[in-house]
Amino acid sequence: MTPDRWIVLTIGLLLVAFIAWFFWLKHTKGVHATTTSGGYQEAMILVKGGYTPDTIIVSRGRPVRLSFRREETASCSAKVVFEHFGKSADLPTGELVAVEFMPEEPGEYGFACPMGMFRGRLIVE
Amino acid sequence: MNKTVSTINDAAASELSVRAKPTADGEQHIDLTVGGMIGAHCPQVLEKAIGAMAGVNGVHVNLANKRAAIDYDPGRVKVAALVNAIRRIGYSAGTASIRIPIKSMHCSSCVTRVELALLLTPGVLSASANLAINAVDVGYVPDAVNLQTIRAAIESAGYKIAQPEPADIRAAVEDGMDPELVGSDREYRTLMRKFWFASAVAIPVMALSYPNLIPALRDWMPMGSDTRRIVWALLGLFSLPVMLWSGSQFFTGMWDALKHRAANMHTLISFGIMAAFLYSVVAVVDPGIFPDPALAEVFWDVTDVVVALVVLGLALEIKAKGRTSEAIKKLIGLQPKTARVLRDGREIDLPVEEVVVDDVVIVRPGDKIPVDGKVVDGSSAVDESMITGESMPIEKRPGDEVIGATLNKTGSFKFRTTKVGKDTALASIIRMVKDAQGSKAPIQRVVDMVAGYFVPTVLILGVLAFVVWYLIGPEPRVVFATIVLVTTLIIACPCALGLATPTSLTVGIGKGAENGILIRSGDALQTSQQLDTIILDKTGTITRGTPALTNVVVSQGLGEDDVLRLAASLERGSEHPLGDAIVKGAEQRGLVLADTVNFAAVPGHGVSGRIEGREILLGNAKLMRDRGILIEGLAGDWERLASEGKTPMYVAISGKPAGLVAVADTVKPDSRNAIGALQRLGIEVVMMTGDNERTARAIAREVGIERVLAEVLPDGKAREVHKLQLEGKTVGMVGDGINDAPALAQADVGFAIGTGTDVAIEASDVTLIKGSLIGVVTAIEISRATMRNVRQNLIGAFGYNTLGIPVAMGLLYPFFGVLLSPLIAAAAMAFSSLTVVTNANRLRFFKSKRIAS
Repeated sequence: MTPDRWIVLTIGLLLVAFIAWFFWLKHTKGVHATTTSGGYQEAMILVKGGYTPDTIIVSRGRPVRLSFRREETASCSAKVVFEHFGKSADLPTGELVAVEFMPEEPGEYGFACPMGMFRGRLIVE
Repeated sequence: MNKTVSTINDAAASELSVRAKPTADGEQHIDLTVGGMIGAHCPQVLEKAIGAMAGVNGVHVNLANKRAAIDYDPGRVKVAALVNAIRRIGYSAGTASIRIPIKSMHCSSCVTRVELALLLTPGVLSASANLAINAVDVGYVPDAVNLQTIRAAIESAGYKIAQPEPADIRAAVEDGMDPELVGSDREYRTLMRKFWFASAVAIPVMALSYPNLIPALRDWMPMGSDTRRIVWALLGLFSLPVMLWSGSQFFTGMWDALKHRAANMHTLISFGIMAAFLYSVVAVVDPGIFPDPALAEVFWDVTDVVVALVVLGLALEIKAKGRTSEAIKKLIGLQPKTARVLRDGREIDLPVEEVVVDDVVIVRPGDKIPVDGKVVDGSSAVDESMITGESMPIEKRPGDEVIGATLNKTGSFKFRTTKVGKDTALASIIRMVKDAQGSKAPIQRVVDMVAGYFVPTVLILGVLAFVVWYLIGPEPRVVFATIVLVTTLIIACPCALGLATPTSLTVGIGKGAENGILIRSGDALQTSQQLDTIILDKTGTITRGTPALTNVVVSQGLGEDDVLRLAASLERGSEHPLGDAIVKGAEQRGLVLADTVNFAAVPGHGVSGRIEGREILLGNAKLMRDRGILIEGLAGDWERLASEGKTPMYVAISGKPAGLVAVADTVKPDSRNAIGALQRLGIEVVMMTGDNERTARAIAREVGIERVLAEVLPDGKAREVHKLQLEGKTVGMVGDGINDAPALAQADVGFAIGTGTDVAIEASDVTLIKGSLIGVVTAIEISRATMRNVRQNLIGAFGYNTLGIPVAMGLLYPFFGVLLSPLIAAAAMAFSSLTVVTNANRLRFFKSKRIAS
């Protein structure tokens, strides 16, 4: 093997490791929803290339209101689906859309765009 | 912003209705509906919290009907405070809220004036005007105040409403369709512009990138010459805007995702075109870096063509996707805009949003019925096909329900509204269809799992392919490795995978709605296609559920019409449903009924009376025997009718046996057809009823059912369903949503036969708006067609990626010397997701295979 091959091999393997680490081994800390005077646990979520924040922590037994604001036009994110709660909402670009539901059981629930490219988590404590 | 307000508050409003009425001693009583009560402890919590408030004299919370009955002193506590208290402890007692735009509100004092005028209006809980948006947000109690009063209050403050803004129907679907449509249209046009620009550049670039293929060009710019280098540098300059403008969405999309440490289609395309572009830059700027001048090739064409094709694919996909939700757009378009309402004795035309419950609406021939209600006067035929899928117009008389958005055909009538705004059948249907379209079919969980790993895996495969080609590939290794990397990144299409299920589901569920079938979720849709047994409730499902006259048998020497006329005349006095059936039967034959004197009911046996001077008896055998009437001559006929599941009754005239009239719950005209169609679909049909075995068998024979579960008690129905499930069957249950609710819930798929405007009330998996069994057949056919479509899409998308990626990586090269061009990869990628959407759109042309009855 010539030196240039060694270099390419090394860089390639490092790149593979980097890709695996970067995309799969991420840990995001959750954001706690704030409780409003209305009794709702509220959080704002920005939809742009993903959900920011993508992990929301709420407590069980109290209504949750997540307000989505989508700031992109890519068609994939035009809808958000809360599979477990049977809720979905269309998110027109630039508009604030609220999704409300009642988390009864503690656990971890996902929410995503219909194609599953955007993912977020809802942790019910 | 506007939308948020309506969304949130509509949710709240649906849980709230208020009735306030004054009681003695200046005390007021109010009933508030409270949402969010989930357990037995809730009423106590609420009672304690509300009871503790100053000014509240008594409070009682009922968990069953979700109401809080509060006695309070209006001088010490306001309704708004009560509502706030309920909200504070975590329950929803919302109010309806509306944003009303106001004309020429310019100063801050105007704000105060408008707010004050509104707050002084009884029933208005909050008002906050905003100069920046020239609008006021009003929170109000829908039952206590209507839009007209709110408008009057605003006008009394000296201002005008800019235009009628509230659109309940839009609120009902959670957001307007229009902005979405406008948005996607704008996006489409931008993408097409980007495509034309990219292709305009791509064509000359392609020609000049391969000068060796065209003799004239080869001579003009030979390999290694400065001419060639300069031309290529210029091509690079032209390609730069293609990449940066036409391809801008790839880079922003990639960057937005990278910030979340996520990857998507944009990531793949961006990396692909960047790799091609950078290689070309190096080749032009410093060709000396390559050991062989032949290596100093440029790939501008790859960048340009990939951008052009993928952008075109995206644009076409937007168009195609728009068509997938055509069904729901049609539904939204059904909503009429105005209503002719009778108020204070005058007919006025109102925007449909301002019609309130209990208004009397006037409908002329050819008018659309604006909201749901009950006919109070007049009669007509109404075309309900747009809601129920029923093609024949339906006769409407006083007392009958009419559904908003249906079309009045022949006569004029007045009806009293029962449901308006987001509560109408149409709004509920739209909301349900949207929710269902947003839900996921179980089959998609697999896809979701793959989707999370897909793009990074492709990136890794691209890198590995590059490394392998560089290490052991043929010369020129750098060029081959680069091509393989670019092709691999570009051919992979996560979108096709992601689109496969949701688009088919959207079209399929929309198709159902067009046929009067509301499929509630992707789960229900997927399970429906697996059903192998369907249980039909007898009464109201197979049969009409109301008795009708079926037979008249007469003794010798008497006329059928005569006997029936006398029997019906006698029964006119009774209020028994069987008697009603006889009266209706006689009326249908055009008989004129006579008056009865000395009418007497013999409980449990029959009725007697004197008509036209003759003594008439109608009832069972015991009644006849008691009165000494010889009925033996009719016993044979009685036996025959009874064995057919009918209820025969003896008639005697002037002490002599005259004949029999029989009534029975009759089978709906298309039940037999529907059951036959189900059996042809390979589904076992079972009938379940509380009736006795004989009646049940008779009906079952008539409609062609072999397996009968008779004498099932109402609370035993769910158990019977469970028993069938234990036989290992996937069971569907068809029944009315109220009495059969537990059985519907127990079944794998519960089909509720709905009628009229109650479509959204029962909790079933599938609701058939038209009360016909044919709907079950169509629902199953739609679910089978949809799931077949989903499977085609998934096979296509998975197959495409699992075949395309290895080929792009050069797996075929060692055997056949075949290497995929990045240009072909781009075309394949762009059209694979388009194919998926187009295939889903084929479902729009779904037609029930069942032969029309």
